[in-house]
Amino acid sequence: MTDRASRNEWRELEARRAPDGLAGDLVLDTVGLYCPVPIMKTAARISGLAAGQVIEVLSDDRVILIDMPAWCRSTGHAYLGFREEARQWRLFVRRK
Amino acid sequence: MSDSDRKPLKAVGLMSGGLDSTLAARLLKDQGVEVIGLNFSTGFCTYDHHRAIARKGEDPRRLRNVAVQAGAEAQVEVRIIDVSDEYLEMVKHPPHGYGSAANPCIDCRIFMLNKAREIAEVEGAEIIFTGEVLGQRPMSQHHNALHMIEKETGLKGRLLRPLSAQRLAPTDAELAGRIDRGKLLDIKGRSRKEQHRLADQMEIEEYPQPSGGCCFLADHNFGRKFHDLVREEETMGRTVGRDEIMLLKVGRHFRISQRLKVIVGRDEAENNFLERFRAGRWKVAALDHLGPVSLVMGDPGDAELAVAASITARYCDGKGEASVRVKAERYTVAEGEPFGAGQPDRTSVMWVSPVTDESLASMKIVD
Repeated sequence: MTDRASRNEWRELEARRAPDGLAGDLVLDTVGLYCPVPIMKTAARISGLAAGQVIEVLSDDRVILIDMPAWCRSTGHAYLGFREEARQWRLFVRRK
Repeated sequence: MSDSDRKPLKAVGLMSGGLDSTLAARLLKDQGVEVIGLNFSTGFCTYDHHRAIARKGEDPRRLRNVAVQAGAEAQVEVRIIDVSDEYLEMVKHPPHGYGSAANPCIDCRIFMLNKAREIAEVEGAEIIFTGEVLGQRPMSQHHNALHMIEKETGLKGRLLRPLSAQRLAPTDAELAGRIDRGKLLDIKGRSRKEQHRLADQMEIEEYPQPSGGCCFLADHNFGRKFHDLVREEETMGRTVGRDEIMLLKVGRHFRISQRLKVIVGRDEAENNFLERFRAGRWKVAALDHLGPVSLVMGDPGDAELAVAASITARYCDGKGEASVRVKAERYTVAEGEPFGAGQPDRTSVMWVSPVTDESLASMKIVD
């Protein structure tokens, strides 16, 4: 994949909705926490998962919708999208 | 061929989120080096604070984490590591002193490089890199400072500054031919032209503009508040904690006495921020007028609480009146509860005259 195509895909990821019914193997509640704490906690917890398992991160910091896809591009984990629930967001990341 | 020659070369480096460290990481990655960026969360980052105090409706793209963004741009892993407690201890008494505010730039570099060296040991990384550019910053990036930092961190031969590498002594990896020195750069000075050209070439599109304003410690107003806090608290034999540092980032600060300080919010966002730290403290606000939230730092007596009320009255909409009704509430410590929780266990309502400008000036740390 070229840098340009990869970048475009990354940008599109920011708007990606998670598939219906998707649930994490592990749920991480970061409500009330501001960046960079939710990303730090995600990094710590995902390291305990096996490759292919999914972490589900609950957050009320809307900026995580930008930071999480960027972090996934940085680390190589797969960002699967988000669901919105009453001003909170559930984001799904599959461990590489 | 030795074992180390066969293994892929690995590097860890300091990534602030700025363009220079992003380019440095990318230059190494493009040579096939396995790169891990380290972003140390010190508690003094203006970006983090900006996010914590963001106004509703503010563009979330302006609030993103710049180090994570940089990792995505350079396509290298960035790890954010909380070092705030240890860093604070260093900042209180930096061996090489401060810059013009409370910025211990040389000791900050030494601190972070020592941390990076520890992580490099765990990761088996031979190289530690930074985005430093020779001659770019007066205090920490002149030739002698770069050399001294390398010596004090014990990283001689391992510390690589890819953007200025051709102007510096070669590292062991360069001497061994494992890094192509010819593909490293020879940038010097404060111009950003070459960095911008490289960013275009590498299709690195989004990066913060260099302003030197990403660290509270380099801000003169913050520096005054910081030095006041450390001096007074240490004179009293107390330890400055993380919350007290957080609260230096907002508000007007007034010292009532050696053991007491009042912080007055300057707008709604700062008032909301102060509310999050009310647990275990007195919160003061005018009752009949719009105005600031104030927090009293320390344990005030009645007379001191009246002074705090008088200062708060000075900044409310009733500041022109002879007397203003002010409510002070002490909140319980809300251990383990969300920010802003806790209930008032003591309340005092009082009529006070707004403090005069002359009296205020004598108490002012920073307006």
